[in-house]
Amino acid sequence: MAERGARLLVVDDNKVNRLLLARNLTLQGHQVESAENGRIALEMLRRGGYDLLVLDIEMPDMDGFQVMEQLAADATLRDIPVIVTSSLEGVATIVRCIELGADDYLHKPVNPVLLKARISSSLEKKRLRDQQKALVERFATSAVAADLQQGGFALGGKRVQATVMFCDIRGFTTIVESQGPEETIELLNTWYTLMFEAISAQSGVVNQMIGDGLMAIFGAPLPVAEPPLAAVRAALEMTEMIELLNAERAAEGKQALAIGVGIATGDVFAGYTGTQERATYTCVGDTVNLAARLEAHTKLAVRGILVDGATHAALAGRVASEPLGAVQFKGKAQAVDVFAIATTPVA
Amino acid sequence: MPEPIAIDRAVFSELQQTAGADFVIELVDTFGEEAPGMFAELRAAYAAGAAERFRRAAHSLKTNANTFGATALGNQARELELGGLPADPSGIDALQTLLDATVPALKELARG
Repeated sequence: MAERGARLLVVDDNKVNRLLLARNLTLQGHQVESAENGRIALEMLRRGGYDLLVLDIEMPDMDGFQVMEQLAADATLRDIPVIVTSSLEGVATIVRCIELGADDYLHKPVNPVLLKARISSSLEKKRLRDQQKALVERFATSAVAADLQQGGFALGGKRVQATVMFCDIRGFTTIVESQGPEETIELLNTWYTLMFEAISAQSGVVNQMIGDGLMAIFGAPLPVAEPPLAAVRAALEMTEMIELLNAERAAEGKQALAIGVGIATGDVFAGYTGTQERATYTCVGDTVNLAARLEAHTKLAVRGILVDGATHAALAGRVASEPLGAVQFKGKAQAVDVFAIATTPVA
Repeated sequence: MPEPIAIDRAVFSELQQTAGADFVIELVDTFGEEAPGMFAELRAAYAAGAAERFRRAAHSLKTNANTFGATALGNQARELELGGLPADPSGIDALQTLLDATVPALKELARG
């Protein structure tokens, strides 16, 4: 990043300082813009696209400390590296800057060589952080990545109200046996891409992928306005996507796919399980077991999407459904009311 | 004959080398344009008895003076910055005199 030049924002109320910093940074190959106080700087930062902030402390309207406080409170801005340039005397100022998240502190007049080294180092650290974030998102979905970034990693969980979904491809073994391994992997990748898209669009988190099945959570780790409705909408979208995929497969003379989806709502224990070295975000509890049972029951009920009573009640009639009566599931003391969701698109 | 203004030639020369001599001419001119405003703020803060404003204005002058290696101006501004609101304006007047002499000296030096 440093090699091809980064986009920097220089914030200083003093025009001489501002011009000189901008000049030095431009000569170092960066693209530089400037602001004369913290408030203007924040407005510019919120428009996006900056790689690093070079910030003065003593400014009218909004000072450097206040800018750093605002950055820390904003999830979209807190990763922007900040290098403070100031001629304020005393260690207390430096300590406060570091505590507020500044990467570095340079005394004015700023030595251009030192400035170059510090900026290169900060940009490199940012590049690595961005890389790490992208990697975490690849394996853990953006919601879990955001949760990890916000709260850090710790094994253990909490009780939350959430909606759990299980989904499975019907007759997958037969399909596998009728085609080669490359085609099977390609089919799975297509299927996962479509399912992930539908689930993510409704703020769900796919936390387990097992062969031709997956488990998703709505409402954890990050809150969702209406987890039951979001899960059912995702399931309907998934069904639609399978129909589109089947149209393509039919044109290629391939067997149609069918999915079964089970959805249940209630208390779950959600959090990170595993070891310090290898962990996954998941949730456990009766609700999870029930969602898995409902998914399995779709075969017997010959329905695509089944939900429990709690999910059905939360839908409050906004999605067409059909009561299938109470079903006694293995491991449940009492029979559970089961509802089938009409698999036609709803608003 | 007035005493020559104390400017650290090494600092000034390094500034010219790193930022470019032509740019330093513009920068000194900018300082010449901005300094009266900073000084007016210093006097206004003194008149209003606003210690924090006074400190900030002195701080700005100090920072710019040090950028150009104008050590005498920088040191006097620093004394005002760290000394709190002065009992009388003599220090401010002395700083004004020094500033009025420093800016032309810097302009001359910049144009070599």
